[in-house]
Amino acid sequence: MTYCIPMFPMCQKNINMANITELENIAQQVRRDIVRMVNQANSGHPGGSLGCADFLTALYFEIMQHQTKFNMEGAGEDLFFLSNGHISPVWYSVLARSGYFPVSELATFRKLNTRLQGHPTTHEGLPGVRIASGSLGQGLSVAIGAALAKKMDGDNSTVYALTGDGELQEGQIWEAAMFAPHHKLDNLLVTVDWNGQQIDGSNDQVLTLGDLRGKWKAFGWDVLEIKDGNNMKQLVAGMRKAKNQLGKGKPVVVLMRTQMGAGVDFMMGSHKWHGIAPNAAQTAAAMTQLKETLGDF
Amino acid sequence: MKLQEITVTGKKATRDGFGDGLAAVGQTNSKVVALCADLVGSLKMDAFIKAFPQRFVQVGIAEANMMGIAAGLATAGKIPYTGTFANFSTGRVYDQIRQSIAYSHKNVKICASHAGLTLGEDGATHQILEDIGLMKMLPGMTVINPCDYAQTKAATIAIAEHYGPVYLRFGRPSWPIFTTNLPFEIGKALPLTTGSDVTILATGHLVWNALEAAKRLGLEGISCEVINIHTIKPLDTATILDSVSKTRCVVTAEEHQRNGGLGDSVAQLLSRKMPTPMEYVAVNDSFGESGDPMELLDKYGLGVKDVVIAVQNVLKRKKSPVLV
Repeated sequence: MTYCIPMFPMCQKNINMANITELENIAQQVRRDIVRMVNQANSGHPGGSLGCADFLTALYFEIMQHQTKFNMEGAGEDLFFLSNGHISPVWYSVLARSGYFPVSELATFRKLNTRLQGHPTTHEGLPGVRIASGSLGQGLSVAIGAALAKKMDGDNSTVYALTGDGELQEGQIWEAAMFAPHHKLDNLLVTVDWNGQQIDGSNDQVLTLGDLRGKWKAFGWDVLEIKDGNNMKQLVAGMRKAKNQLGKGKPVVVLMRTQMGAGVDFMMGSHKWHGIAPNAAQTAAAMTQLKETLGDF
Repeated sequence: MKLQEITVTGKKATRDGFGDGLAAVGQTNSKVVALCADLVGSLKMDAFIKAFPQRFVQVGIAEANMMGIAAGLATAGKIPYTGTFANFSTGRVYDQIRQSIAYSHKNVKICASHAGLTLGEDGATHQILEDIGLMKMLPGMTVINPCDYAQTKAATIAIAEHYGPVYLRFGRPSWPIFTTNLPFEIGKALPLTTGSDVTILATGHLVWNALEAAKRLGLEGISCEVINIHTIKPLDTATILDSVSKTRCVVTAEEHQRNGGLGDSVAQLLSRKMPTPMEYVAVNDSFGESGDPMELLDKYGLGVKDVVIAVQNVLKRKKSPVLV
């Protein structure tokens, strides 16, 4: 069994700053990948992708125990489900950089005959993807199904899921939120990308999420918060803490504050970059802000 | 087979066939798990739950969540059977099925009871007549509508061995059992009588009505070839074309809208391969209403007499192809 990054032992208790630097370097490259992929496809969702670059890097290179030799059923390994499928660029980059498929394939994003469809899918057989997502609100239920299967099989590994914040406006999320505590799914760790933005504006303008912490708590979840999901040290510490809450009879949700567009100054904090592609000049400007650490695709 | 060789071995609801089939397949296949959205009694799932409590998931009244959970269970190698009414198994959760199950090609068995008008007194909110159309349009979806208790039980068992998403449709009322000793194979139409004048292609409860109609028509000297199309998708085109090439006219019969149903699939086949006079016994662009199941079938044109009339009409067109 080969785990993807042996240089980050799973059991370490203290946060090693060298490892944090290493993770930050990977996240830099992931950000370059995102901007270049969306530019080359002339479509896609850079805002939320950039905001979650640190999270997915931490998840795949530090937090999760997983195999890059892809197996759909994933028995004995941690699984991840992306519910907000439109941030596919960040996931594709992290999967490729982890070794699930060749980094060169990132160049095919959104192009005819690609495995890297606009929204993630199993249909073309891309390693690392276990369900199609894009139509919002469905991924949490799917993650619950996978977590239930692990419980049935006595498999102690964890199921992770990421949802957007605007996505929480979908009713199915709350069906799922009610289900998981009732069934004591304490092998399920959900993160909400709480960047406060969605296509038509801020969450508060479109449909306020209100007391998000109180809502999840009232549904029976163990609720944690990460104040800055674009700070790698805080992120790793927060996710480790959340991991430690597993196995205690409740599912765990992490409300992760991020900045849409994080890492590219002209994209940051605005809903305007939710779903538009940067042009050549904007891409060049973004590249000056992002270090090429692992070699571009 | 001759009409008089069809033997009725009792009367039970098709949903009982699902319940018994589920309990049976639970014994032979440990990957089978079941989910229900607060309709355990209606779906007859008690025997499975009693035998395999750890393999049953009560989801509550949250069908969208149920479809997603089923997709997740399937991802991990389970064979989930979801159970709720046909209305809540399809229209209510279409996008969940489309993305998480069909497009993701998950091995989920969507088991839908109380389909069609024969749900009866609860009325049109629950009497879905569009579900076959909805499900057959999804790429990769297998659609099965068995005709009696025995066939529903056989189908429930058979779908566990068929990898991929399946829509299994059955119903509420007690109904004659006549396929006990007949084979069931997914995608293989079941000829029930041999005849030479007309082919009647029927699915679900309407197969019985087609057989009853064939009896009456036999008294008038009309020889009907009744074929049970339990699998609407994939359609057994060879068996249909073989029969139609002999009889040269067709009646389809189903407890569903004419739009999108079995008749549509047959018309699509015949228009391309063998243009043939054809009549539909189906609900014609209408919602149902409350009432006794048999009275509803009569009111909405799905009774035995309606099959008889459709055959008489199609025979006229066979003689004189121009419709007057």
